[in-house]
Amino acid sequence: MASPGNAPEPVIELRGVEKHYQMGDTLVKALHGVDLKILPGDYISILGPSGCGKSTMLNILGCLDQPTIGQYFLSGQDVSQLSDDDLSQVRGKRLGFIFQSYNLIQQLTVVENIEVPLYYQGVTEKESREIAVALAEKVGLGTRLDHRPTELSGGQQQRVAIARALANDPAVILADEATGNLDSKSGGDILQIFDELNADGKTLILITHDEGMAMRTSRTIRLKDGSVAYDSYTERQLA
Amino acid sequence: MNVAGIIKEFSLFRLKRSVILGVKSLWMHKLRSLLTAMGIVFGVCSVIAMLAIGEGASYEAQQQIKDLGSQNIILESVKPSSKTTAGEQERSLILEYGLTYNDISQIRATVPGVLVTIPSREVKDFIWNEAQNVDGAAVGTVSWFPEMRNRNMVRGRFFTELEMSMRAPVCVLSKSLARQLFPLTEPIGDTVRIQTSYFRVVGVIDDDPAVAASNDEKEAAGDQGDGMEMMIPITTLEDHFGEVIFKYRSGSFEAEKVQLHDVTIRIGEPDEVMPASLAIRHILERNHKQVDYRMTVPLDLLRRAERTKQIFNIVLGSIAAISLLVGGIGIMNIMLATVTERTREIGIRRALGAKKKDIVIQFLIETVMLSGAGGVIGVALGLAIPIMITHFAEMVTIIELWAPALAFTISVMTGILFGIYPAVRAAGMNPVEALRHE
Repeated sequence: MASPGNAPEPVIELRGVEKHYQMGDTLVKALHGVDLKILPGDYISILGPSGCGKSTMLNILGCLDQPTIGQYFLSGQDVSQLSDDDLSQVRGKRLGFIFQSYNLIQQLTVVENIEVPLYYQGVTEKESREIAVALAEKVGLGTRLDHRPTELSGGQQQRVAIARALANDPAVILADEATGNLDSKSGGDILQIFDELNADGKTLILITHDEGMAMRTSRTIRLKDGSVAYDSYTERQLA
Repeated sequence: MNVAGIIKEFSLFRLKRSVILGVKSLWMHKLRSLLTAMGIVFGVCSVIAMLAIGEGASYEAQQQIKDLGSQNIILESVKPSSKTTAGEQERSLILEYGLTYNDISQIRATVPGVLVTIPSREVKDFIWNEAQNVDGAAVGTVSWFPEMRNRNMVRGRFFTELEMSMRAPVCVLSKSLARQLFPLTEPIGDTVRIQTSYFRVVGVIDDDPAVAASNDEKEAAGDQGDGMEMMIPITTLEDHFGEVIFKYRSGSFEAEKVQLHDVTIRIGEPDEVMPASLAIRHILERNHKQVDYRMTVPLDLLRRAERTKQIFNIVLGSIAAISLLVGGIGIMNIMLATVTERTREIGIRRALGAKKKDIVIQFLIETVMLSGAGGVIGVALGLAIPIMITHFAEMVTIIELWAPALAFTISVMTGILFGIYPAVRAAGMNPVEALRHE
């Protein structure tokens, strides 16, 4: 995509994305006609009431699912038609996930959990250990490398998840209700980390229904009935 | 999913990491893993142990038969049961039965392949050394008896052909007899008495292998045991005891006329043994109106023993197959439960970049580790049991090296076979649904 002038290349571009589900006899259109451009360094919150297509949006953006119609360009590559293996590769290499319920692997220690995405990219043991330790220190868990998830508080677990999401230095970090299970103090700490990551130039997409969280981000997208109802970026541009 | 692709991408580094991960996952549910592996443990253990015991038993049986001489045919005279003899010999005081010199000369003349015959004849009575006596038998035989019947000399020598032709009063004691008659002194050079005849002892020979095993037990229990025999030249026996053998037993009186008690026929070629045995049976059936003889063909017994062993092995193989099948189903059942239980973990791994084949390999390795660990424990137990049996029950057990190797290999194969379905099922999960799984 040649873009004129000094406008940066978008890291994510959705073109006419639709997602249909067959529920019994009825066809449910979870997303219809979503067009979206996300630029490197964007700090975005996607908001909307339940049933608006937020989860579907996350699944598509996270390459966990593919659009029924339309195209999805991630760092310039069309990922809407990739094979399952290639899609796994894209998830592991270019995307970082942070979930509401942390989703750490219980039988692994902190540092081993951070190493999981590196393992699937074939990073050597020594190198992956170095990266994982550095990331654990970055999120303030340098002293708890060998603890198991059950020995950590919710906030600490979510910080492990953030470190894990950063392991492969992804192009985009997707956070799904990342503070939903946390008290306001721990949630605030997590948001603080997000702010710092964005300040370092990371692209973050936060899926949330928390208006307070949306206030911190530089761009807000509101979904309604499967399409974009509001985008502060275009609003600003329009304004 | 293509298998070659999986193998190509699967480096040693990943194997090591996957094995560590597998150990961690299995370790989280120690009891469950142990119980799951038990099926394989018992399958492998029982197969190895039973095989070792079976091999040992059949080895012992075959060895006993081989000691009889695989190229021999052994004929023995048997006292016919009183019912069949009553009619004819009612008034005769002398009971006449058994193999005759005539039988032997006919066999020698007509049956092809007969090399040598070893006739023997026995007189049952007390054998005396001074005041010591043992209820035994004087066996008249030929000088080549030990060689033909695979009996070894313990001390001294067997009597010679010269002594046979000179009808010398010499004898060779069986080991058990020597022990009973001469508990403290050296028998060679001494004399023993049977009825009114004296014989000089020239050697001690091993017990008949057929009775040797049971003898040890009987002697331990204070009984006298079988195989109390002294061997003398058959010619000497004729001189001293004549054709009719009298026996006095606790007040009753018995007279028997038996020409030969025992004949061993050596056949030249192993191939000729079976046809020769048929010919001999034919001759004996024609010469004897009643069955007063018994024919033993060690080669025939050997073949039957081998056949028995084959059947035993087939039965054992089936038991092994069934037990491993049961073990495999147990493993598969648990792995399916594990996959369901770890749906969330599978979803997480898929989200973090795991391909389907990564998930397949992860679960397959866990299954193989379960069954492999079961195999190792099973092999260890399976080796320990025969060793303990040999040690405590003094039974011969033979562990063939291929048995534990094969059993272990099969246990690993069982893991792969029964692990594939749960692993593929795990990999086939939709990542979105797997992540949402509670």
